[in-house]
Amino acid sequence: MTKPMAGDSIEQSPVGRRVSTGSRATFWLGAVVALGVLTLILLGFFGAPEDDQQQDAVRMIFVHVPSAILTYIAFGATALGSVMWLWKRSVWWDLVAHSAAEIGVIFCGLTLATGSIWGRPTWNTYWDWGDVRLVTTLILFLIMVGYLSVRSMGDDDATATRAAIVGLIAAVNLPIVNRSVEWWFDRTLHQQSSLTDGNLEDLTLFTLVFGIVVWILFFAWAMIHRFRVGWLERELRTGDLDEAIAARRAEALIDSQPQNGASS
Amino acid sequence: MTHLGYLLAGWGLTIGSGVLYSAHLIRRGRTLAARVPTPRRRWMTADDQ
Repeated sequence: MTKPMAGDSIEQSPVGRRVSTGSRATFWLGAVVALGVLTLILLGFFGAPEDDQQQDAVRMIFVHVPSAILTYIAFGATALGSVMWLWKRSVWWDLVAHSAAEIGVIFCGLTLATGSIWGRPTWNTYWDWGDVRLVTTLILFLIMVGYLSVRSMGDDDATATRAAIVGLIAAVNLPIVNRSVEWWFDRTLHQQSSLTDGNLEDLTLFTLVFGIVVWILFFAWAMIHRFRVGWLERELRTGDLDEAIAARRAEALIDSQPQNGASS
Repeated sequence: MTHLGYLLAGWGLTIGSGVLYSAHLIRRGRTLAARVPTPRRRWMTADDQ
């Protein structure tokens, strides 16, 4: 039985059998996330009360804070994957790092965007260069965009190592972003932690925690799919490489035959 | 409801980005899975499985 190559893979996928990176588990996880988002919209817009000072603008908290927490989780996973790659040279962990970085960059961008939109009605400005949290978050975002740029430069081990170092540099910034409102409390428009300061009403706090849970479930769903996409890309590359090696061996065999015939 | 424009922009951007990224992942996964031979497709399943 011959080993299938990347080139003949289409023939192995009969018409009507659509293969994907999904599974029964990811389907139900995705359904739970979709239901969770719909519930969050209802809770966020119609369930949670308006704020005395911010009025309805406070409802931005239900997408802004979960996005920020997801950013921490994603870049934390990138840092963990980077350490494991540098330590064990584990392809599995390298894929985890890359997948988490991609998702993290999207949510870090969303954190900046939703924060900026929220800032206009509450602080009367979209952006303040003197705010330490805004600037450190922007730096984090740019470092991780750099991480993805490094990854796009190649698929070899050296590129993965360079990206892992960038991922670890970004990880150093994570506690700075998180603690900045306490370390430089006089240089930020941000309040202290919304979750722990005890100023949120019960339903607002519940909706916020619910949003965080939904975002974490989405992260799990996206990680599974993105990891499998990364795995397939890798399999395709190594499959093409195997195919090229086999073709070169076949060429070498053909080249050697006339010489053998001439010598006999 | 006050600040509705800001709310719709922030929520719309977040949920829209999530939906678009999810669709991109599913589509990319299907394209790649169709090109990779079955023995190399770990964790993947077909619709009829």
